[in-house]
Amino acid sequence: MSESRPIKALFQVGAVVLALGITVLVLLATGAPPFAALGSIAKGAVGNLNVASDVVVAWVPLLLVTAGLLATFTVGLWNIGIEGQITLGAIFATWALRSFEGGAVSPGLALVLAFAAGAAGGAVWAMLVGALKTFGGVNEIFGGLGLNYVATALNIWLIFGPWKRPGVASMSGTVPFDKAYWLPTVSEQSRLAPAAVAVAIAGIALIFALVQGTYFGLRLKAVGKNPKAAYLLGIPTWQYMIVSFAICGALAGLAGAIQVSAVYHRLIPSISSGYGYLGLMVAMLVNYSAALAAPVALFFAALNVGSIQLPIIHKLDSSLSGVLQGTLVLFVILGDGLRKRLMGKGRSGS
Amino acid sequence: MRIELRDIHKSFGPVHANAGITLDVPPSSVLGILGENGAGKSTLMKILSGFQSMDSGKILLDGREAAIRSPADAIRAGIGMLHQDPLDFPPLRLVDDILLGSPGSLKPDRKRTAREFRELAERFAFDLDPDSYVDALTVGERQQLEILRLLWLGAKALILDEPTTGISLPQKEKLFATIKKLSSEGVTVLFVSHKLEDVEALCDRAVVLRQGELVGSATPPFDAAALIGMMFGKELHQAARKRSEPGEPVLSAKGLCLDSIRLQIKGLELSVCAGETIGLAGMEGSGQALLLASCAGLERAVAGKVCIEDRDMTGRSHHDFKRRGVAYLPAARLEEALVPGLSLSEHFILAEGEKGLFIDRGAAAERARSRISTFNIKGRPESPVESLSGGNQQRALLALLRDDLSLILVEHPTRGLDIESTAYVWSKLKERCAKGAAIVFISSDLDEILQYSDRVLVFFAGQVSPPLDAEGLSSTELGRLIGGKGWERFGPGASGASASKAKSEAPHE
Amino acid sequence: MSGEILLVGLAGVLASAGPIVFAAVGEAITERAGITNLSMNGLILLSAMGSFAATLATGSIALGILAGAAIGAAVSAIVALSSITLKQSQVAVGFILAMLCRDLSYFLGNPIMGQPGPRLVQAPLPYLKDIPIAGPLLFRQDLMTYMSYLLVILAWLYMNKTRPGLVLRGLGERPAAAYARGADVHRLRYLYTIAGGALAGIAGPMYSLSIKAGWKGTITGLDGMGWIALAITIFGGWSPIKIAFGAWFFALLQWLGIVLQPAMPSVPSQVLQVAPFPLMILTLLFVNMGNAEWVESMLARLPEKPRRALAKFLRAVNVKPPAALGTPFEKD
Repeated sequence: MSESRPIKALFQVGAVVLALGITVLVLLATGAPPFAALGSIAKGAVGNLNVASDVVVAWVPLLLVTAGLLATFTVGLWNIGIEGQITLGAIFATWALRSFEGGAVSPGLALVLAFAAGAAGGAVWAMLVGALKTFGGVNEIFGGLGLNYVATALNIWLIFGPWKRPGVASMSGTVPFDKAYWLPTVSEQSRLAPAAVAVAIAGIALIFALVQGTYFGLRLKAVGKNPKAAYLLGIPTWQYMIVSFAICGALAGLAGAIQVSAVYHRLIPSISSGYGYLGLMVAMLVNYSAALAAPVALFFAALNVGSIQLPIIHKLDSSLSGVLQGTLVLFVILGDGLRKRLMGKGRSGS
Repeated sequence: MRIELRDIHKSFGPVHANAGITLDVPPSSVLGILGENGAGKSTLMKILSGFQSMDSGKILLDGREAAIRSPADAIRAGIGMLHQDPLDFPPLRLVDDILLGSPGSLKPDRKRTAREFRELAERFAFDLDPDSYVDALTVGERQQLEILRLLWLGAKALILDEPTTGISLPQKEKLFATIKKLSSEGVTVLFVSHKLEDVEALCDRAVVLRQGELVGSATPPFDAAALIGMMFGKELHQAARKRSEPGEPVLSAKGLCLDSIRLQIKGLELSVCAGETIGLAGMEGSGQALLLASCAGLERAVAGKVCIEDRDMTGRSHHDFKRRGVAYLPAARLEEALVPGLSLSEHFILAEGEKGLFIDRGAAAERARSRISTFNIKGRPESPVESLSGGNQQRALLALLRDDLSLILVEHPTRGLDIESTAYVWSKLKERCAKGAAIVFISSDLDEILQYSDRVLVFFAGQVSPPLDAEGLSSTELGRLIGGKGWERFGPGASGASASKAKSEAPHE
Repeated sequence: MSGEILLVGLAGVLASAGPIVFAAVGEAITERAGITNLSMNGLILLSAMGSFAATLATGSIALGILAGAAIGAAVSAIVALSSITLKQSQVAVGFILAMLCRDLSYFLGNPIMGQPGPRLVQAPLPYLKDIPIAGPLLFRQDLMTYMSYLLVILAWLYMNKTRPGLVLRGLGERPAAAYARGADVHRLRYLYTIAGGALAGIAGPMYSLSIKAGWKGTITGLDGMGWIALAITIFGGWSPIKIAFGAWFFALLQWLGIVLQPAMPSVPSQVLQVAPFPLMILTLLFVNMGNAEWVESMLARLPEKPRRALAKFLRAVNVKPPAALGTPFEKD
C-alpha cells in the first residue's frame, strides 16, 4: 500500500511545497521580497535567449556528472570524490590541448584527444578511490574527500607553477587556448557548444542503456542490492565496483574537459565549480533513475543560472539556489521516510 | 523465586511459536527445557526475559503477576538471561562490562566493583580478572562473566540458553557445579538445551517442547528414549527409499581442519560419489554449515585438502568451485541467495552468466516463463523475488541451478516449506542425482535426513561421526547421536574430539 | 626564529585548533552512540554565521556562542530524526545538510558580510601565565580556548569514568546488549546526536568571534573544517584526548604551511594552505589498514610468530570504529 503511485506522488508534492515554503521563510528572514526574488530567478533562467543558453551550458557538466554518479550509486557507493574527478579531467584535457597547440595535429582531432584525455584522467582518479577502498579499507567518502583536496592542490599548483601565465601568475587561470582550439559554439558571444550538449546527452543515454539494458548493468544492480547473493551468482564484486568508479570518473572527466575547452577555454582554479556535489544532490532527488536525471538536472541548472542576477537585482547572495535545491532534496528524503513509517505500519512482523 | 507461566501464546505471522504454554517452576529448582530447532524454546525464554512480548498469557513470580515488557523489567524482577552468544561488550574491560547499565552513582566505584567481582568469582571458582578485556575471553569465560554479572545485579532466576555449546569440558563441569550451587542457594535455573546428557546430569525436572507446545515432562531418573520420542515425535513410516548407484568420487575431503569462533573440526575425512546424497545432521551451530561452506570454497580450511573430481581445490575462490560444477544454496534465501528488488526473470538472466552486451528481454522472458512452468513457481517473470512465498523462492533457487552440476550443496533445503513444496524440492534434487550429481545437505529434520540421504554425518559440538549408512539408522538412534549420546562407539573414527578444548586452553594473545 | 616567537606561534596553533576540538569531540560523542553526523561542514558554517549575527544583534558574545550551539543542536536534530525515527540513510541526509547549511550560511550571512564585530579577548590566567614555556603556550589564550582544554578533559572523564558514559560506549558498540541492560537506545541516540551537534555548533562562534572574527562569506577559510573534524574523529580513535592531539597536529600543519611559505617561493600559497587537508585524510589509510579484508586474510596465512607480532602492531596503530556505527537499531 505504501508503494502505490498516488501516495508517493502526494508525499513528493508535499516535499516540493515545503521546500518552497522554507525558502520563502528564508527570504523573509533577510528582509527580501520573497516572490519577487523567486521571480527574478525564473527570469534569470528563461527570461531571454542568452540566459537560456547559459542554462544549457550549465546543464551539460551537471548532466554528465549525474549520469556518472548513477553508475556508482547503482553499486551502492558514495562517490563524493566526484569533484576531484572533474578537476583531474580538466587538468588532463588542458595538458592535451597545450601539447597539441600549434602542432601538426588538427584542432578537431586535438579536441577529441583532449576529451579522451579528460575521460582517462577522471577515470584514473576515480579508480584511485576504489583502490583505497578495496585494498586500504578507507571509506570511499573520506578517500574521495581527500583526493578532492589533492586535486584542488594539484590544480592550483599547475596554475601558479608550471602552467602559469608569463609574467605574473593569476587567479584567472592559465593562458587561454588559441581560438582554433575552442570547441565551436553556437555564436561568437555564446558559450553553448552543440558538441558539448551532444556529449552530455550521449552520456546519460549511455548510462540509461547500460543500467537498464545490459548484462553489465544488471550485474551492477545485483552487487548494489545484495553483494553476498551477487557473489554466489558468480559476479566478481570488487572488480565491478572498481569498474563503476572508472565509468563515473570518465564521465566526470569529460565534464571537466568540456568546461576547459568550451566554457572557460583555459584551466581555472575552481574548474569543477561544485558540479560534483550538485550532481550528488540531483542523483538523490531522482532516486537514482536515469530517466528523470536530464529534466531535474536542467531544473537545477536553471536555478543556478537564474540566481546569478540576485546580487545585482536584490542584493541577495546567489547561494539561494543552493538553499532551494538542498531543501528540496532534504524534504523529499524525509518525506519518503515519513511515508514508509506512516503507511508501512500495517505490515505484519516476521 | 517461583515462576509460573500461564497459557503463553506468541505468533510470528502464520507461525505459532508458542501455543498455550503453561509451566510451573518451583523455587531453587533446575528445570531443563528440551526441544529441537524451531520448537519454541527460544521464544518462550525471550518472553520470560523481556526480549519479546507475548500475545497473551500471564507470568507470575512468587505468586504475583509480573508485567515484563522489556529486559530492564525482567532484571528488576530478578530474572536474568544468559544468551547463547552472551550480550557483552568486546572492547570493554570486564569490570566496565559489569558496570554498564547497572544502577548506582554517577561515578562508579570500580575498585569496589572489582573486589565484589573477585569475591563472587572465587565463590564459583571462576578464573576471571576484572581488569582484563572481554574480547580476550573464550566463549565459556564470557558465559561465566555474564552469570556473575547477573548474580551481582541480584538475579533470583537464571535462564541459560544452550550454555554448553562451544565451551570446553572443564568449563562445562565448572558451569554445572555453579548451577548446582546456585540452585542450593535459592536461585531458580531454567536450562535450555538439546543435549540430553547435560539435562540428565543437571536437572530436577525436564519439559519438552515440540512445535510450540509443551508435550511432556519427566523427572529423574530420565528415560532418554522417552525424551527423544517427545522431542522428535513418532517414527514416521519412511517412504520407499531409492538406492542410488554411486559413481565416481565427486567431492573428497582429506584431513580437513576447520576453524570458527565457537568450534574446531579436526581431521575430517569424507568422500562423496556421483549420484549420492549425504545428509549432515545435528543441532544448528555444530559445524555442518562450516563444512558445507568449505566444500564450496566459501570458507578457507586451516589444514587439509578439498578435491572436486580429483582436482585439488583447496584455497581456491568460490567462483573457481562454481566453474568446476559446484553450486551452493544458502538457507537465508532472501538475505544471501536472492537479490531483493530484482525480478525472477532478472535472476535467470544473471544465473545464465551470458556474454554479450544487451539483454534480450524477449528471450529472457521466454526462458523465465518456461522455467516458471517447469518448476511450478507461483509468480510471473516480472515478479520481484521478495514477493514470492518461501516455497516459491526455493523453487526459484532450484530453477537457477545450472544443468551440468556435479555437486550441489544445500543448507536446509526445505526450511519453512509446507509438505507439498518439500516433496517437490526433493523430487527435483533427486532428479539431479539420477543425472549424476552429488548432493550434500544440512537439515534439522530427522525424517528428512533419514528419508533422502544415502549416508549421514552427525555433528555434535565439533565432533563429526564417520559416514553412517542411512538405511540402517533409526530415528531414535539419530536423535541420540544428535543429543550427544552414543558417540563412544565411534572411538577413533570420530573426528575432532572435544572441539573447543583446544581453543580455550590455547595461550591468550 | 626566536623561542618567544615560536611559543607565540604555537599558542596560536592551539587556539586555531580549538574549533576543531569542539567539532571532533562532539562528533565522537555522536558516533560513539552509533550515529554518523556528516552535516558537520555545513553545520559549522551555519553556526559561525548565525552566532556572529546574534552577537551583532545583541552585542553579547555569550549569546552568540549560545546561538551557535543552538544551531548545531537544531541541525543535528534533523539528522537524528531522519536516521533514528525515519530510518533513512545517515550518509545521504548528512551530506544534504552539509550542502544546505553551507548555502544557507552564505545566503543569510550576506547582509552582515564584512562587518566588524566584537571578538573574544585574550584572558591570560594569573600565575599560570608566567610558567616558563607552558605559560605562554597554554595560558595566554581566550576563554573559549580554555574551554576547549576543559572539554577534552570533561569528555574523557564522562566517557571513561561515569556510568552514563559507559552506556554511551555500549550504544554504538552493541546496541542490542545495551538494550538488554535497560538502555532506551533510541532516546539516548537522539540525546547524544543533539548534544554532539551542540558542541560542534560551538566551533562556529569560536571561529567567527575569535580566530577570524567576522563573517566573510566564501572567503572565510572555514569551509572544509567540518570534513577535517570528521576525519580527525576517526584518526583520534573516537577518544577525546587522541582527538585533541589530532586537531593540534592538523593546526600545526596549517601553521607550518604559512610559516614555511617564504622558504618555498615556487609553491603557491594556496597549495600549502590546502595541503594539510589531504594529508590528514590520507592518514586514515594508515590507521584503517588493519581493517581491510586482504590484510586479514594475509595475516591468517602467516606463521604464528610473525602473525602475533604484526597483529600487535596493527592493533596499536589501528582504530576500530564503534561496531554498530551507522546501523539502525531494531528491537527484534
